[in-house]
Amino acid sequence: MDMKKDEFELTPDLFEKLDESEKNAEKINYESKTYFQDAWSRFKENKLALVGLIFLAIMVACCILIPIISPYTYDGQDMSIRNAGMSLAHPMGTDSFGRDMLVRVMYGGRISLSVGVLAAFICLCIGVVYGGISGYVGGRVDMLMMRFVDMMYSIPDILYVILIVVVMEPSMFSILLGISISSWMGMARQVRTQVLTLKEQEFALAAFVIGASDARILLKHLIVNAMGPIIVQVTMLVPSAIFNEAYLGFLGIGLNAPQASWGTLANDARSVMSVYPMQVVWPVLAICLTMLALNFIGDGLGEALDPKKK
Amino acid sequence: MGKYILKRIVIGIITLFVLSSATFFLMKATPGSPISSEKYKTAEAYAAAMEKYNLDKPVLEQYAIYMMDLAHGDLGESMITEGRTVMYYISTGFPVTARVGSIAFVIAMFGGIALGTAAALSKRRWISNVCMFVATIGVSVPSFLIAMLLIIVFGVTLRWLPFVGLNKASNYIMPCIALSLYPISMISRLTRSSLTEVMKQDYIILARSKGTPYSQVVLRHAIKNAMLPVITYAGPMFAGLLTGSFVVESIFSIPGIGSTFVSCVMNRDYPVIMGVTIFLGILIISFNLITDILSAAIDPRIKLK
Repeated sequence: MDMKKDEFELTPDLFEKLDESEKNAEKINYESKTYFQDAWSRFKENKLALVGLIFLAIMVACCILIPIISPYTYDGQDMSIRNAGMSLAHPMGTDSFGRDMLVRVMYGGRISLSVGVLAAFICLCIGVVYGGISGYVGGRVDMLMMRFVDMMYSIPDILYVILIVVVMEPSMFSILLGISISSWMGMARQVRTQVLTLKEQEFALAAFVIGASDARILLKHLIVNAMGPIIVQVTMLVPSAIFNEAYLGFLGIGLNAPQASWGTLANDARSVMSVYPMQVVWPVLAICLTMLALNFIGDGLGEALDPKKK
Repeated sequence: MGKYILKRIVIGIITLFVLSSATFFLMKATPGSPISSEKYKTAEAYAAAMEKYNLDKPVLEQYAIYMMDLAHGDLGESMITEGRTVMYYISTGFPVTARVGSIAFVIAMFGGIALGTAAALSKRRWISNVCMFVATIGVSVPSFLIAMLLIIVFGVTLRWLPFVGLNKASNYIMPCIALSLYPISMISRLTRSSLTEVMKQDYIILARSKGTPYSQVVLRHAIKNAMLPVITYAGPMFAGLLTGSFVVESIFSIPGIGSTFVSCVMNRDYPVIMGVTIFLGILIISFNLITDILSAAIDPRIKLK
């Protein structure tokens, strides 16, 4: 035994180092993850998107909690402290009726954010059904349905929102209706394009061959596979709905006082803007930061949910 | 090509028809009317007003009359200010809006292309990051908020610029900036992505290897070819700038077509609302058509069907 060991000695110079690329050649590059785990891990790498998400979470939490915790209410007036500046009792000061700005801005945030989310949800439903049918059925139906979308596109949308809201009297319902009617078309187009390409793929054929119904193929197979672009579209719809609502509020045809959204808050403060600019700055800041956060999240999701970008 | 244009014009006319019909019935569905019996002293005067605006006839007949007038280019008269035609509102409001919109358009085109080119070509990362940061801000922050912030900073606090009306040239500065920031962002994003793409093309490498100076390659070969997505965007954008500045006009008290529309909506002056809606519709539809034809004329790869 000893003899053999002497004959063949292992010395370091017998070895050469593998370069990096060969080192991992036998490793499996991606551990098996579900689509959303995978997307999340890519989303996390996008710092801006992550910051946006954290900011949005804090904003939502504040909007829900602050009006509950605070000793003030959104419509409680106190004429003795009108137009107060920033103080410990009122961190954002008070407005011209002596109402606490912090509570009002957060309360407005509840309304602005829910308008955004609800409008995006309505557009999602209309868009998925409309675009899904158009893309799946195809042919003449598709042509007609898409011409209608083109037509809706060429109508100046804010004009229509204004008209609908004025005709139906400003309320949460009419504002939502107006915004949804003017912004579902993008979603419909997106869904249609997705369905058009997906329905040509083998898994759709396979589903058809084993006798799945049209509705099942469309909803369970095609739409589910188109989820990535659809989610991105939804995150983009939320800020645009918030924007439209603020726009209406700003024109003075938003929700009626004492209810408030970020848009109406900014509009209310317009008359005292030259004296108390901070009253405008708070709601404006809230809108800007929220929209920025939502846009970052949208961009991040767009990259994270694209399966081609591994 | 001719067939395509014809088809698009027909679709445009149908769109206008639907738009005007929908607006008409929406107006009819509104409860209340600017012509109420309290406004007129005698029953005769009220009846005369009702007859003048055809309000005494059945809705369908009113619709037929309205559409016939519309086909003849007659948009009717205001219900609030007696004797003032809808055309008067459009012809006084639109030039003002168009002036502000055109300036904003020029700023947006130059600013956006410059920013996008800098972002695409710069060797230093921070330049491109700064450009893209500006672009993101511009996309996320609505124009009326920018307008408000501008007024607070430059109008109220620093008192550098006037912010009411359009009397002096300096009055144009803030509204034009507020209007152009969003298009600047969009154009710079488009320019950046398309220019980055173009710079990788073979003909750019060829031009470089033949010894053409870098600036020449960028200006004469790359930018020209990278402009297509910008042009496709610019048409609807121009139409949008000419029409969609309701809020900016109201903030800066500009007597344009947007503020006319808003005040008429408040007063429920139906003929003016309808007239302005249809006018803006025509504007947007024709700009979309022109853009499509233009981009096909510029880029032979696009085939119109």
